[in-house]
Amino acid sequence: MRFLNSEILKFILLALFILILPHVAHEGYLLNVLVFVGIHSILALALNLLLGYAGQISLGHAGFFGLGAYISGILTATYSLNPWIAMLIAASVVTLLSFAVGFPVLKLKGHYLAMATLGLGVIIYIVFNEAVDYTGGPSGLSGIPNLSIGTFSFDTDIRNYYLIWTFALIAIALSLNLVHSRIGRALRAIHDSEVAARVMGVNARLMKVQIFALSAGLSAIAGSLYAHTMTFVSPASFGFNFSVELVTMVIIGGLASIYGSLLGAALLTVLPELLRAFQDYDIIVYGLLLIIMTMFMPGGLAKGFPQAASYLRTRFGKRSSPDA
Amino acid sequence: MLEVRKLTQRFGGITALEDVSFTARKGLITGVIGPNGAGKTTLFNVITGIYSQTSGSVHLDNADISRIPAEMLAARGLVRTFQNIELFGNMTVLENVMLGLHSRSSSGILSCMLKMPWHVKEEKYIRQQASEWLDFSGITDLSAQKAANLPFGKGRLLEIARAMAVHPSILLMDEPAAGLNNSETHELAVLIRKIRDKGVTVVMVEHDMELVMDICDRILVLNLGRMLAEGTPREIQENPAVVAAYLGEG
Repeated sequence: MRFLNSEILKFILLALFILILPHVAHEGYLLNVLVFVGIHSILALALNLLLGYAGQISLGHAGFFGLGAYISGILTATYSLNPWIAMLIAASVVTLLSFAVGFPVLKLKGHYLAMATLGLGVIIYIVFNEAVDYTGGPSGLSGIPNLSIGTFSFDTDIRNYYLIWTFALIAIALSLNLVHSRIGRALRAIHDSEVAARVMGVNARLMKVQIFALSAGLSAIAGSLYAHTMTFVSPASFGFNFSVELVTMVIIGGLASIYGSLLGAALLTVLPELLRAFQDYDIIVYGLLLIIMTMFMPGGLAKGFPQAASYLRTRFGKRSSPDA
Repeated sequence: MLEVRKLTQRFGGITALEDVSFTARKGLITGVIGPNGAGKTTLFNVITGIYSQTSGSVHLDNADISRIPAEMLAARGLVRTFQNIELFGNMTVLENVMLGLHSRSSSGILSCMLKMPWHVKEEKYIRQQASEWLDFSGITDLSAQKAANLPFGKGRLLEIARAMAVHPSILLMDEPAAGLNNSETHELAVLIRKIRDKGVTVVMVEHDMELVMDICDRILVLNLGRMLAEGTPREIQENPAVVAAYLGEG
């Protein structure tokens, strides 16, 4: 019971932080970055359910993100559908599609699974570029409307900030519930020993496909939010590089950690902005920082912070002991 | 009751099991012994659906379970432990046992995410049952530990607690005493008897003859994939063919 309460307390603190943050960081540019942190958090969270919990890699998640964005974008910009309905359709289509694709793909393990999902992402990317009649091809799709409730339109940075973080918070709450349930335990069990999980009655194959579909569907919702926030999408945002970046967010943040996904997404979104000062050398510094972090925080930020804190505490304790 | 009929398992040109038939009677402890390479672990892998046999069949309470995949057997009351304990290392001891209740719970992804009332109730039931099985195995004090950090002997007890949480009618144990010291083996013998007294049919592969002769009601001897003998511990000890196989006499 105490565990439950501390879990809820943590969540409330996060929600308050998110609520207050724009009042401190209200400058337009900063707010824009925070909107991206929100979108990336949903994506990292989605991928972490698959990669961190079930232990199944996907190098194609930028593709699902893009599918969500394009389906939502085309349905609203070209066919004038209500954006909320478009979002619902995008999420449903991507969930069903990935469920069907998941059965053959998730039979594969390790490097082969990485290759197959990479291929999936690349195929989707090619479709964005080549289906010019629908997607506008490489020059992109514009004129996507903002989401709105009645006459209240999410058309400013601050409104989008609260919209996207509301979605992110809901995703976090639902994911927390999931990972602390029999399904969450089954996912981690598959990760640790698939054969033992099966003997205990876990249908590993179906479970993997289900979580793959859930993860893809959640990414599609993030895509839809992205499209309606930016009002413009182009294939460049959904390439292989971004899939790798998502995997990096999950690993840097902490595998199998819900809040870690947030930290990873925040760091990898904010860091490139901070490194602008290094101009042409930014990518080198960025790479170095990632290497150092994986070396010294192999458990990711989520575990690295408490580790670092306890390290400092013991150091501090040792130093102060002669005085005492 | 577990019944194995004329089981044959070939891997390419190698015959791991040939024409093996035996019955593990309800509420008894049946030991499976034999020299290395006799096919004992293969027998377990076939029974538990990890391999599918070349021919023959396996019956659980008169129902043919030969073609049923591993993950469906837990719900039918058949469960096993592994020779090199297969724990979920990144989960706590309690969570490992809670996973044992997977086949006895049914909340889906959506009800788990939305914390539906029946899911909350089910979760409470899972937690309560799991702590009872921890208590049964005598490892309650370890419940918050990460399973990967357990010493080997305790890991074995955890694996048994997890298997018992499935509520099996048949428990297959692959070398439960391997890697245990004398006092741990003694503790294990007590636990296995306790399991039998709950009405669970136990089938165990084991090399520790003292343990086998001590706790088994029936013994099956395999040699080079074939059945050599079957009987009570006394009959087996007096069987000349068994003695020859073990001592290597021609």
